[in-house]
Amino acid sequence: MHLLTWTRRGLLATGTALALSFGLGLPATAQTPPGVLIVGQIAEPKALDPAAVTAVNDFRILMNVYDGLVRYKSGTLEVEPALATAWEISEDGTEYTFTLREGVTFHDGSPFNAEAVVFNFERMLNEDHSYHDTGPFPLAFFFSSVSSVEAVDDLTVKFTLSEPYAPFLSNLAYPTGLIVSPAAVEQHGADFGRNPSGTGAFTFAEWRSNEAVVVEANPDYWDGAPELQAVVFRPITDANTRTAEMLAGGIDMMVEVPPVALSQFQDDAFQVFEQAGPHVWFLILNAKEGPFADKRVRQAANYAINKEALVNDVLEGTAEVAAGPTPPAFAWAYNEALEPYPYDPEKAKELIAEAGAEGAELTFYVTEGGSGMLDPVAMGTAIQADLNAVGLDTTIETYEWNTFLGQVNPGLEGKADMAEMAWMTNDPDTLPFLALRTDAWPDKGGFNSGYYSNPEVDELLEKARVATDQDERAALYKQMQEIVQEDAPWVFVANWKQNAVTNDRVEGFELQPSFFLLLDDVSKD
Amino acid sequence: MGRYILKRLVSAVPVLLGITVIVFAIMAMIPGDPATAILGSYATPENVEKLNRDLGLDKPAVQRYFIWLWNMVQGDFGRSFSLNRPVLEEVLDRFGATLVLAGTSFVLCSVIGVAAGVVSAARQYGLADKAITFAVLLGISIPSFFLGMMMILIFAVQLRWFPASGMWPIYGDRTLPVLVTHLTMPALALAVVATGVVARLSRSAMLEVLRQDYIRTARAKGVPERGVIWRHALRAAMVSILPVLGIQAGFVLSGAVYIEMVFQWPGVGRMLVDAILKRDILLVQGGVVLVAACYVMFNIVVDVAQSLLDPRIKT
Repeated sequence: MHLLTWTRRGLLATGTALALSFGLGLPATAQTPPGVLIVGQIAEPKALDPAAVTAVNDFRILMNVYDGLVRYKSGTLEVEPALATAWEISEDGTEYTFTLREGVTFHDGSPFNAEAVVFNFERMLNEDHSYHDTGPFPLAFFFSSVSSVEAVDDLTVKFTLSEPYAPFLSNLAYPTGLIVSPAAVEQHGADFGRNPSGTGAFTFAEWRSNEAVVVEANPDYWDGAPELQAVVFRPITDANTRTAEMLAGGIDMMVEVPPVALSQFQDDAFQVFEQAGPHVWFLILNAKEGPFADKRVRQAANYAINKEALVNDVLEGTAEVAAGPTPPAFAWAYNEALEPYPYDPEKAKELIAEAGAEGAELTFYVTEGGSGMLDPVAMGTAIQADLNAVGLDTTIETYEWNTFLGQVNPGLEGKADMAEMAWMTNDPDTLPFLALRTDAWPDKGGFNSGYYSNPEVDELLEKARVATDQDERAALYKQMQEIVQEDAPWVFVANWKQNAVTNDRVEGFELQPSFFLLLDDVSKD
Repeated sequence: MGRYILKRLVSAVPVLLGITVIVFAIMAMIPGDPATAILGSYATPENVEKLNRDLGLDKPAVQRYFIWLWNMVQGDFGRSFSLNRPVLEEVLDRFGATLVLAGTSFVLCSVIGVAAGVVSAARQYGLADKAITFAVLLGISIPSFFLGMMMILIFAVQLRWFPASGMWPIYGDRTLPVLVTHLTMPALALAVVATGVVARLSRSAMLEVLRQDYIRTARAKGVPERGVIWRHALRAAMVSILPVLGIQAGFVLSGAVYIEMVFQWPGVGRMLVDAILKRDILLVQGGVVLVAACYVMFNIVVDVAQSLLDPRIKT
C-alpha cells in the first residue's frame, strides 16, 4: 500500500517536471534574429590569425575580417585590386611594386600603410623579427621566393623576389596573404589569434570557445558597409547534427552538406548552392614499377573506372568528372579541348592484353577520410570493383588520414601500385609543380609519389612558373594538361563541387570558386 | 579515517604517473605527426621538419616526456597548437561542460536506476517488475549515440521542443531554465544505458538482502513494509550498489564522448576526439591526465563512502 502511494506521488512529480521542461523548451527554438546570420561551421577555428592557420574552415571567417593586397574577382580565380589599388611588375618578373589604398584603417584604429605591409611579411618570413615568435606560420613558404619587402613611401610597397615566380599574385590573394594590424599583434602577442584586427567588412566581436565566433558589421568598410549587422560562426563538427540544426532552424547557413543529406533541403524553405572549385580527386599510379610502369596499363585504368557512376551514385552529384590534372575552375588556364577518358572496359581489356598485364595483382591505398577526400572508402571500393572487372586483381589497404599521408607522401615504391589523393590549390601552378615534375619525386622533397617523369612536362612547368604574362602561362599549362592526360600518371576522377544551404530568409549569397565564404553582400530578414 | 583517506590519496600517485607514461607513449607511437596534420597537402619533408622544430617536437621522446612531466608538476600543461591557447585553460573550460552533462546523467542514472531496482525487487515477478525489467533491457540495448540522433530528429527537428545541439543559445541570457532545455536530451541519452545497468544490479542486490533473516525479523517486529524496504534493505544493499555506481561514473564520463559529438556539447570528450584527429599531442595528454585524475578522485570518494556504510571494510 505504502509503495503505491509513493508511486502515485512520484508520477505526479514526474509529470510536473515533464510539463515544466516542455514549457521551457519552446522559447529556446525561436527563430534566429533578423540581420544576424548564423553559420554552421565544420569545426572550431584554430586561430583568427591568417598567417598562422591552414584550414578552409578558418579561412571562411578570416576572409570576412581581413583584406589582402589583392583578391579574387567574384566568381573567378582571377586577381583584382583590394588593399592595393594597382601594381607594377618589373620586366624580369622579380620586382612587384604595389600602390596602396589611401585612408584605410584597421579595426583597432591604427592606419593601414606600407609599414604595416612590411611588418606582416617580415613577421612571417624573417626569423629575427621581434614578432616571428607569434607563429609558427606553416604556409609561409607560399612567399619563400620573397627576398625583401620595403616601404618605398607611405603608400608604396616593393617586393623583391629571388627569382621570377608567377603564382606570387594569387598567393597574395590567398588567406595567408591577408594583412593584419601590426598594432594589435604588438598588443596581444601570441594571443593575437584570439584578438584579431584587420581591415575587412566585419570586425571581430567575441570568441566563445567551442560555441561561437561573432563578428559585427564594419560601418567604415572601404568597399561599402555590409548589409548584415553580425555573423555568428558556430562550430558543429558532426555532419548529421549540422544537418539537424539546419532543419530545426538553429542556423541560417551550413557549409559542406553531406551528399546524402542534400535531399532533405529540396523544399522552398531552403536554397541549395553548388560551385565547382579548384579541387581534383585522383589516383596516383606507381609509374616506376609493377604493371603501371607501362603507359598502356595506366590508360587502361582510366578507361576501366566508371567515373560517371562514382560522381552520380557514390557522390550523389556533388562532383563532376575530371578530364585532366587541372580543375576547370582555373578557367583561364584550363584546356577546354580535353575530354575525360570515357568508361570503356573493352578498350581497357585490350590495352591490358597488349601490355601483357592480365591478372596483375595491385595494391591500392585507400584513406578513411581527410581534407578534400570526399567519400574515400566507398569510392575506393567502387574503383576496386571496376578494376577487378577488367582483370586487374586489386587489393585495398585502408589507413587513417594522417597515417595514410605518412605512407603515400614518401612515395609508393615497394609498397603499393596506386593511392587515392585530392588537392585544393589557389593557383594552377601549385599541384602539377609539386606533384608531376621529375624534380618533385619524394626523395627531392616533392609529392610526385608515383614517380611520373616527362622532360617535356618539366620544361613547360618551369617555363610557366617564371612567365609573368597570364596568356603565356595559360598556353603552357594547356599544353602540359594535354601531355599529362595522354601519359596518364594518374586516374583523373572528380572535381568536387562545394555546397552550402541557406534558409529562405538569406539573400545575396553566392559560393565562390575559391571556396572562400564571402558575406559582405549577404542580407537576412 | 583521515589516515585511510591519506593512504588512498598517496596510492593514487603511481596510478597517475602510469597514466602519463601510457598516454605519452601512445601519442608518441601512433603514426602521423602534428606537422603533417597541420600542413595537409603541403607536408613536404622540408616543411614538416621546420614545423616540428618550431613546435619543439624534434627532441628525443624520453626528453620530451620529462620536460612535459616537469612542466605539468609546476602547473604548466603547455599550449594547444590546434586551438592556440593554453591546454589547462581549454581543458578546464571544457571540463565544466562535461561535469554538468555527466553529473546530471550520473544523478539521473543513480536515482532512477536504484529506485527502479528497489521497486522491481519489492514486487518481484509483479507487473511493475516485469515492466521495469523490459524497459531496462531495452535501455541497455540501444546505443546511446543512436538514441541521441533519434531524439534530435523527433524532439528538435520534428516537434521543435528542444534545441538540437549546443549548451547555450547563441543569443539571450544564460539562465538555468535555458541550460535545462539544452541539457535535457543529451543528459537523458547518456543516462539510459547506465540507468539500466544500475537498475539491474540494484534489483539483484535488493533480492539478495530481502532473503536475509534480519529482514524477516524486521517484518515480524511489525516494521511497515516501506520502512523495511527503504530503510533496512536498501541501506544494506547500498554496500554492493555503491561500487557499481562508481563504475557507472566512469562509464558516463567515457560515454559522454559520443553524446558530446552527437549533441555538440562543448565538453572535454569532444575536445579529445578533435585533438586526437589533429594530433594535438599536448592537448590529448593534458586532457587525458586531468580526466583520469578526476576519475581516480571519484573512486577514492566512493571507497571512502563505502567504508562509512560498511564498518567491515577496514579503514
